Amino acid sequence: SPARELTQNPLQKTWEPYNNGLPAGHSAQRGVCMTNCPTLIVMVGLPARGKTYISKKLTRYLNWIGVPTKEFNVGQYRRDLVKKYKSFEFFLPDNEEGLKIRKQCALAALNDVRQYLSEENGHVAVFDATNTTRERRETIYKFGEENGYKTFFVESVCVDPEVIAANIVQVKLGSPDYVDCSNDEATEDFMKRIECYKNSYETLDETLDKDLSYIKIMDVGRSYLVNRVMDHIQSRIVYYLMNIHVTPRSIYLCRHGESELNLKGRIGGDPGLSVRGKEFAKSLAQFINEQNIKDLKVWTSQMKRTIQTAEALGVPYEQWKVLNEIDAGVCEEMTYEEIQENYPLEFALRDQDKYRYRYPKGESYEDLVQRLEPVIMELERQENVLVICHQAVMRCLLAYFLDKPAEQLPYLKCPLHTVLKLTPVAYG
Amino acid sequence: ACGPQLANSPTVIVMVGLPARGKTYISKKLTRYLNWIGVPTKVFNVGEYRREAVKHYSSYDFFRPDNEEAMKVRRQCALAALRDVKLYLTEEAGQIAVFDATNTTRERRGMILNFAKENGFKVFFIESVCNDPTVVASNVMEVKLSSPDYRDCNSTDAMEDFMKRINCYQASYQPLDPDDYDRELSLIKVIDVGRRFLVNRVQDHIQSRIVYYLMNIHVQPRTIYLCRHGESEFNLKGRIGGDSGLSNRGKKFAVALNKFVEEQNLKDLKVWTSQLKRTIQTAEALQLPYEQWKALNEIDAGVCEEMTYEEIREQHPEEFALRDQDKYYYRYPSGESYQDLVQRLEPVIMELERQENVLVICHQAVMRCLLAYFLDKSADEMPYLKCPLHTVLKLTPVAYGCRVESISLNIEAVNTHRERLEEAKKGPNPLMRRNSVTPLASPEPTKKPRINSFEEHVAVSSALPGCVPQEVPTQMPGQ
Repeated sequence: SPARELTQNPLQKTWEPYNNGLPAGHSAQRGVCMTNCPTLIVMVGLPARGKTYISKKLTRYLNWIGVPTKEFNVGQYRRDLVKKYKSFEFFLPDNEEGLKIRKQCALAALNDVRQYLSEENGHVAVFDATNTTRERRETIYKFGEENGYKTFFVESVCVDPEVIAANIVQVKLGSPDYVDCSNDEATEDFMKRIECYKNSYETLDETLDKDLSYIKIMDVGRSYLVNRVMDHIQSRIVYYLMNIHVTPRSIYLCRHGESELNLKGRIGGDPGLSVRGKEFAKSLAQFINEQNIKDLKVWTSQMKRTIQTAEALGVPYEQWKVLNEIDAGVCEEMTYEEIQENYPLEFALRDQDKYRYRYPKGESYEDLVQRLEPVIMELERQENVLVICHQAVMRCLLAYFLDKPAEQLPYLKCPLHTVLKLTPVAYG
Repeated sequence: ACGPQLANSPTVIVMVGLPARGKTYISKKLTRYLNWIGVPTKVFNVGEYRREAVKHYSSYDFFRPDNEEAMKVRRQCALAALRDVKLYLTEEAGQIAVFDATNTTRERRGMILNFAKENGFKVFFIESVCNDPTVVASNVMEVKLSSPDYRDCNSTDAMEDFMKRINCYQASYQPLDPDDYDRELSLIKVIDVGRRFLVNRVQDHIQSRIVYYLMNIHVQPRTIYLCRHGESEFNLKGRIGGDSGLSNRGKKFAVALNKFVEEQNLKDLKVWTSQLKRTIQTAEALQLPYEQWKALNEIDAGVCEEMTYEEIREQHPEEFALRDQDKYYYRYPSGESYQDLVQRLEPVIMELERQENVLVICHQAVMRCLLAYFLDKSADEMPYLKCPLHTVLKLTPVAYGCRVESISLNIEAVNTHRERLEEAKKGPNPLMRRNSVTPLASPEPTKKPRINSFEEHVAVSSALPGCVPQEVPTQMPGQ
């Protein structure tokens, strides 16, 4: 049969085959990870071991790289069902009523998982609960198999009492469960709650669980055990989990100082700083000094305006080409008026779907996210970092940290001469 | 060029494991990968030092733990190798040294840790643990029987001797123990050829990348096919870049490629293309699902896009000259360099490692970068690798490397290859090298047979003025 004709999608500028004037299937866009069957991630661990922290962070990362992911926290289902939490006694292993409710919640959550993955185009579901018994895990694994999901377990094991106490202070004392308690009462109750799980806790075992796919995280990332990684997405998840840490630090994001082209209302190009831009660079140096930051790393793009800004700081900096501003292709160095005049269709298309819109011979925000992924990964590894970049780039990075969806990303406010200081706290 | 500081203190990677566990396989493959991404890395194989010292290998008796004379020699070889490690890391600009030996005792590992401490090197252990006798036997067949040690033996005798050799190490083998004795060490334990991994105390970015790489590679037999799109309309006009469609001959190639793929009779072939029309049109003829990767797009020639080389020489004579000076580092104005390409192709390489049978339909510069990875070619050679149109390169992993077969599908096409200009003055600015991605071919301490590859091509030459490329240094102290 003759080769099919190709048509170029006007928004994304990608080539697609078509039949009788309609796009035909057959090719896939390598976004970043093409998951074929959905993946069910199952958290495992005693309370206060960071399961929810990991669930939320991983979900945020996967969504940012374009893998539709959602977390299902069974504790939340329990809070919705049992309006008022009384005490740890709810979690006693011989509390039949409690056990019934908790199992009901788990099943309700799994039902929602099924809906998300099989009916709502979700790719990954994170099932966030203790899942500390082999029996519970088998139930979930069977559920996954019945529905055609791959299952990947993430266990967090930690015996350091200081870490556990710190976790409780960070996220448990402020929980809705303890809204009417003093901190001491809440801590005492929570410690007893943990005890309820300990006797029946069956950690993932080298022999008994040898056929499962899982990662066991020990002591907040000191060591890891990884078993049977099945596919690309699991490999990416493992890599991500092995790069994140919980050491307190701050990330500073800002744009280069105002540039000569900014002044002229032109986009792109490689101009130098304007007079005011140079003043900003000096102010930035002063600001950084005042912040008194330990071991600050400074990153710039390879465009003149960010480098000039960094130069004023008087500290070493690293240039990343992937931090360069979005490539506007044929529209480089134009004003928006000129774009509207010369490329009215492009101008309109961009406003229709600013995230996916790719400039002719240029890039889209979607392309930017892909090229910024190594930056995010390295930011996760690092501690205090200042990133001097550009408007579209900064929006992408900010969307990752603040968990903003693709629709909102291209409209995030990142004005010139403004520094955003990001500090991890609790789950965000 | 750019990216995080890949490493600061030099690192010694210490392999650990009984013989025939894949230590040398991992050492060489990892070294090839690290060099390709620009981290100068070299393997130091103690067995090779031993072969230098003891010209003729007689039998496994040499490895018996009660053979005092041999123990002395073996220790001396390890020390000699460590001396060379020190030289490489402190005086030869090496960043990572892979110390490839069994290192199965705590005593030996303690000695290496002291050595590293004295010299300010980081240490990262890679242990390969495997008790599956089928795997061990298969390794012995694949790489040991053809070892210089057994050049005068038949296979059965060699196998028997080697198994006794392994036995010599068993009694004294102390595996890494990250739960207790080796708690403080940075290490990865690879169990059963990658089914399972234990990772302890990853210290820095490069160790994290090494762990990720080791977790993605596999040893399943498979084939990777690399080819370019069929000849394009622009190829016919001698124009570079752009997004043109296939010429008539290009379409014929696509049909021939379809036939070729069918004849290969592969299980589960994945097909990847770029997002440029010419590779997609080529893939369409295969009637197989294919995935489009923007990362596989041809090198961006910036202001020179869609020009002929004559037009570039006329309109941008300095750029034209600069490119021939140092084709690897040269970045087109508002475009890319081969160096940029390597960075953008790294995720493609990683995914190729994960996959099995794959056909990658791409472009000349892109194909050169990928090929340089598989064939361990340096930055210097990469931009001149021959990747003609209408020719498929079939890559099969074999022993410690990659066999390459060049298959022309016998459809005429223009020749787009420009030979290196011998008269061009070399000598790039050393500042350009710092913190940069500079693929190196893995250095070889001893002579090895080279993999021969391609046919002769007609040289294209032109005269050039000499000049030195300017480049903004990548790391500078502030004012």
